[in-house]
Amino acid sequence: MIIYEYLSELFGSPVLASVIQSLFPLIFLIPFALFAVWLERKVSAFMQDRIGPNRVGKHGWLQTVADILKLIQKEDITAANADKPLFNIAPVLVFAGSYLAFAAIPFSSAYIGSSIDLGLLFIVAASGFVVAGILMGGWASNNKYSLLGAVRSAAQVVSYEIPTVLVILSVVMLTGSLSLYELSEMQTSSIHNWILFGGNAPLLQKILLIPFMFIGFIILYISSLAEVNRTPFDIPEAESELVAGFHTEYSGMKFAMFFLAEYANMFAVSAIVSAIFLGGYQSPFGYLGNTLGLTWLVPIEQFLWFSAKGLFFVFVQMWLRWTLPRLRVDQLMALCWKYLIPIAFVNLLIIGLIVLIKI
Amino acid sequence: MLTEFGKIFIFLLTAIIFVIVGILTAKLVRPARPSKEKLLTYECGEDAVGSPWVKFNIRFYVVALIFLIFDVEVVMLIPWVMVYKELGLAGYIIGGIFLVLLGIGMAYEWKKGDLEWARPTITPPKAFEKSEVNADNSALKS
Repeated sequence: MIIYEYLSELFGSPVLASVIQSLFPLIFLIPFALFAVWLERKVSAFMQDRIGPNRVGKHGWLQTVADILKLIQKEDITAANADKPLFNIAPVLVFAGSYLAFAAIPFSSAYIGSSIDLGLLFIVAASGFVVAGILMGGWASNNKYSLLGAVRSAAQVVSYEIPTVLVILSVVMLTGSLSLYELSEMQTSSIHNWILFGGNAPLLQKILLIPFMFIGFIILYISSLAEVNRTPFDIPEAESELVAGFHTEYSGMKFAMFFLAEYANMFAVSAIVSAIFLGGYQSPFGYLGNTLGLTWLVPIEQFLWFSAKGLFFVFVQMWLRWTLPRLRVDQLMALCWKYLIPIAFVNLLIIGLIVLIKI
Repeated sequence: MLTEFGKIFIFLLTAIIFVIVGILTAKLVRPARPSKEKLLTYECGEDAVGSPWVKFNIRFYVVALIFLIFDVEVVMLIPWVMVYKELGLAGYIIGGIFLVLLGIGMAYEWKKGDLEWARPTITPPKAFEKSEVNADNSALKS
């Protein structure tokens, strides 16, 4: 917000300012993806009592940089049977879909890509974009593994969209806003204002709300895991049966784009979960900048809190990945349709009733 | 002046341009020596067998249909959720009736077994085995 205004004053053109600010998430994402891939390999290694990458750089921290260099030099093969235009559009769509979500995520009170009122609805819609890309890639590859992976992925992502939206709606019932920026601004000052603890409702309402908010939080986290196709919901990419799922045929830079999109998505859902329930960029206690009287320090602190919360949830995703076994297709669908959706429905109605009672 | 959705459009353009630039940059560096074997469809090193458009489970379509119903319903709920506080208890009850109707529909689907994922049921062919054995025996006897 402030950054956008500053940039448009500096350049005298809102379009140029907007172009520059649309690059910020990218500048954040690329180092994040490099770090997260390394972290995932290290975390999995330590969980399995291995060492993990340790050759390139100290503790192997340059491993992913080396991987990227390798991927750039790798030959890009498009199978002769593949549908070339669709095959080439798919990585663009998948990355664009996951990047679009970042347009509505507030990184700090000074920066949000676009403060539309319908932020959360927009993010859900943008994740539909990813499904189109995945289906396109799987279908255009003309490969059995790809097609099966793509169809499974589509079925999974669309199914788990419903509990996600239901939980989002029950939060909106409390706050009356679909904008992530407003949601984050509401959860200001300290930990008891987080929506997980009832937001800034009156005290008695808060106490009634807390258990249902926890249920909502758990449902949202489970379904966000399924939306990014992470273990235990990774049947679209199940290595042991489908090679690599929808991106089996991709190599080189196109594969790297899918990989980047996957890690971008991981961070996006973590950021959304933390922005909805855990205060987004807000600090759980006060700001150092406020106590020292340095106002410019506050947005930087907020950005650090935001990335810390995001990274924490990304770490939990990795932790779950190397702890839980993969679910079967029927278990996956049963979990969504028979447990999460009915619970989310009842949760929505109960939260609505509690909010309505004036105490 | 740029609207908020204009900014989103610029985000979209940035993402598309980033991917295209990334792929084109790699094109400058990477080798391109395609051969017949490399261009084959990958199927664990063997020649691909049959059409890649395999039959897949009909349940995927059922899931897509049920999803469609629920998605439309969620879209209907969004305006209600935004304003129901102003409508008071009456508004809440109307929304509740809508949700209960959907719940009944879902219970019906559940009861009919549309939410079950088809699993192969293994029925050992006992009767068949028996008659086969009997036939063999009778053949031996005669």
